[in-house]
Amino acid sequence: MINNRLLSLVRKEFIQIVRDPRTLYFTFAIPVIQLFLLGYTATTDVRNVPLAVFDQDRGPAARRLIDAYLAADYFRVIRNVSSEAELRKLIDNGEALAGMVIPPDYGDKVAAGRTATVAFVLDGSDPNVASTSFAAAELIGQAHSSKLTVERLVRRGVLEAMQPSLEVRAQVWYNPDMVSAFFMVPALIGMILQLMTSMLTATAIVRERERGTIEQLIVTPLRSWELILGKIIPYVIIAFFDTLEILVVGTFWFDVPIRGSLTLLLALTGLFLVGSLGIGLFISTVARTQQEAMMLSWFTLLPTVFLSGFFFPLAAMPPVLRVISYVIPLRYYLIIIRSILLKGVGAGSLTTEIVALAIFGVVVMTAAALRFRKRLD
Amino acid sequence: MQNLIDVQNLSRAFGKTRAVDDVSLSVSGGEIYGLVGPDGAGKTTTMRLLCGVLRADLGQVTIAGFDVGNQPEQARERIGYLPQRFSLYGDLTVMENLHFFAGVRGLGRKEWLPRAREILTFVGLDEFADRRAEALSGGMRQKLGLAAVLIHRPQVLLLDEPTGGVDPVTRQAFWQLLFRLLREGVAVLISTPYMDEASRCNRLGFLNRGRLMVEGSPQRIEARLKDRILEVEGGPRVILERVARDDPDVEAAHAFGDRLRLRLSRAGSAEIQSRLEKAMIGEGGLVGRIGPSPPTIEDVFIELLEESDA
Amino acid sequence: MPDLIVHVDGLTKRFGSFTAVDHVTFDVEPGEVIGYLGPNGSGKTTTIRMLLGLLLPTEGAATVLGLDATRQAEDIRPQVGYMSQKFALYDELTAWENLMFYAGVYGVADRSRLTETLDLVGLSHIRDERAGDLPLGWRQRLALATAVVHQPTLLFLDEPTSGVDPLARRAFWDLIYGMAEKGVTIFVTTHYMDEAEYCGRVGIMRRGRLLAMQPTSELKRTAFHGKAWDVYARPILEALDGLATLPEVQRAGLSGDHLRAISRTDLQADTLEKGLKALGLQDVSARPTTPTLEDVFLALSD
Repeated sequence: MINNRLLSLVRKEFIQIVRDPRTLYFTFAIPVIQLFLLGYTATTDVRNVPLAVFDQDRGPAARRLIDAYLAADYFRVIRNVSSEAELRKLIDNGEALAGMVIPPDYGDKVAAGRTATVAFVLDGSDPNVASTSFAAAELIGQAHSSKLTVERLVRRGVLEAMQPSLEVRAQVWYNPDMVSAFFMVPALIGMILQLMTSMLTATAIVRERERGTIEQLIVTPLRSWELILGKIIPYVIIAFFDTLEILVVGTFWFDVPIRGSLTLLLALTGLFLVGSLGIGLFISTVARTQQEAMMLSWFTLLPTVFLSGFFFPLAAMPPVLRVISYVIPLRYYLIIIRSILLKGVGAGSLTTEIVALAIFGVVVMTAAALRFRKRLD
Repeated sequence: MQNLIDVQNLSRAFGKTRAVDDVSLSVSGGEIYGLVGPDGAGKTTTMRLLCGVLRADLGQVTIAGFDVGNQPEQARERIGYLPQRFSLYGDLTVMENLHFFAGVRGLGRKEWLPRAREILTFVGLDEFADRRAEALSGGMRQKLGLAAVLIHRPQVLLLDEPTGGVDPVTRQAFWQLLFRLLREGVAVLISTPYMDEASRCNRLGFLNRGRLMVEGSPQRIEARLKDRILEVEGGPRVILERVARDDPDVEAAHAFGDRLRLRLSRAGSAEIQSRLEKAMIGEGGLVGRIGPSPPTIEDVFIELLEESDA
Repeated sequence: MPDLIVHVDGLTKRFGSFTAVDHVTFDVEPGEVIGYLGPNGSGKTTTIRMLLGLLLPTEGAATVLGLDATRQAEDIRPQVGYMSQKFALYDELTAWENLMFYAGVYGVADRSRLTETLDLVGLSHIRDERAGDLPLGWRQRLALATAVVHQPTLLFLDEPTSGVDPLARRAFWDLIYGMAEKGVTIFVTTHYMDEAEYCGRVGIMRRGRLLAMQPTSELKRTAFHGKAWDVYARPILEALDGLATLPEVQRAGLSGDHLRAISRTDLQADTLEKGLKALGLQDVSARPTTPTLEDVFLALSD
């Protein structure tokens, strides 16, 4: 016979969760769906930028230049045009995002050892594409140019055919292919966990208030802390299951590695959850209907996502926002999860983040618990 | 007076539930008919069927001579319907609300203002014409609701639980208005879960699970149990109840405050009374007083419910 | 057992400029069945919420079971049962699971108590049905069961029979009386006039003030000053008008096939009849009758 008050409450919550198909769907299906959607679509990699080429030279040197661009795998030629007007039209109507104009004397100038100019036109309306294309175009151009110079010097006999003394090859550590999924999946775990736990906790409590059962609960010997814990514990357990679920999908489908300690990851996830559960609890003391609770959960999530370094690097933000980002728990959690999964670091390298999360969790929980008194007014 | 409301064999089901099951009733002008029953009995559904808001599966409803099914517009013109959850526009004034409802009812620019003033005087809200509806007290809001549904001079008034949880003073005032309407020849059908309100009506119908179980004036309904109700004052309740329930002539026994109320299967007599009293005392009970009590409509409804459950 | 189960002294609650409960004072003795009668907004629910420690009083004090209702609310709770107006049950849980939850929360260790309680309210046959699927009358009884599973000494019932059919209501009150006989003190709030008749003492609340707290028979004798009449006359609607013109008559209304009137105490039957006959009405007869609680209420509200 259950005579533990807290246990009775937790058990009742679980029965309700299990018998409510909508919540179950939300809890287990949506994270995976989100994962697939964002994992595939939210990529910052730029590839296959459609390029239109206006080759006025048509000689072998021009050919070599075009091949160099194609070999880098950033561009794909969609059309060889025969006028600048045509080029402009393609870019205007969006068929091409970039255009290359090779002057008629290109080949001659290269052979003569003089500087040849090639024009590159970019569609600036998508800054992401434009900046990457710009950088790519420059890089490829430089590389090709260096190559030509070396060839010339070798032909002149100044240089022996030798390897260049310095070759800068950017090597991206930990994510050599810069696969976005590796960035996205860990970040997604954080985002989904925060949304889910805060929203589910908030709506669970507000639902009791809407139905009128909260009055009955307050009138029982249940202590405030038991009420809070009883409402939170089921969602903590569910959140852990979700974390594992997402990790499993992330690892086996998206090949996201787990290079660090899984136990450490789960433990620190728990710490992160204290904060987001606190947010949910706080929302429940403010919202009067379940709809309000859901809206407030989304409302707290969106700026959190933007200021956490998820989509946009923190370094690129104005200083004001960067300061604000210091109070966003997701910011620290992202660092933690990416570090553990992709870098395999231990707790020692994460002390700042751990402390920050702990402080946040304690503050939010205390604030919420103070508001959540066993009173109706 | 002619029948302004005429309902024949009305039926309506929602899925497998028969919300209204073969209901027939009629109300003439100057009469007030009470539809009594618990939650879920079908009162609101019946009202909705009467004003054509809901389509009937079977049966016929005639309002002031117009068939609600075939001539819905003409019928609706003659009906004033105050639903249970009648909302007024809080941020509009009393007058503005009336203007809106008058407009919706097709009253032209020249007609609505004098009519609105007239109706405000009738309900006693003329001083508050420019007050916002949300600033009105519960009782005043009720009067405004009534005014809104009377503005087009309906011949038939349908009121769905208009006095729920309301102050008795407000309820009194509301009923006084209804009496005045009756004198003008309006036919009123009011649904209510309150027995005491029901006893004010000229005639009652008791609705339970969609069926009309009994109909008639309150006094005629009460007369069904004429001489069959006894009241016993005394104690302890358990003993008195047990003795009563064991008695062959007692159909039911229920405690009521400090008294025990018995329903006999036949007319009471001094012989039955003394038999009961002796038996009660014999079992160790104390009887202060035992005697007949006039039956109430609640007694009758309970008898009907117990019969239908059996 | 303290002498008084509930002691309320000058209890007041204000919400901003609105006074919901205005200096209410009363006492409740053990084993009483008290009715707290008043329309919506009269302050009755606010009063019991203060007694349950759900709201903080603005002024005044209340003691429940000898303990301070505000500061010692947590100590009072294990001994009090509460059935809220909405019959707050967990719809997804079965009847048994609802009971088990409340039993667990109140520390009831004995599982047989659950079966007993379910038997008491006559719902053993639906123990495994979901609360959300039950009809209103059964939900009401289940809600009562959850309020008494821990055998409280004091029971608060907020509008317990609203919307329920008369038979279910009588059966419900049988249960209440059964408990009262075992010594449980019961406090019922209601806005049904006739429900108050079930109670030993009735407190009448209006606009936050407690107008009276007495047994119904006493109330009808002392609080009501005047005479109530059953008046027969034809035609009935003209008779209603006619009554209103008579100076001694304070109020008149329809009552089925006749009229009811309230007059001053000194009015005699033949005076009344003569007055009506003079207006040309037929078949006139007037008999004094007992006032109703509504008459009492209206008299107290003047």
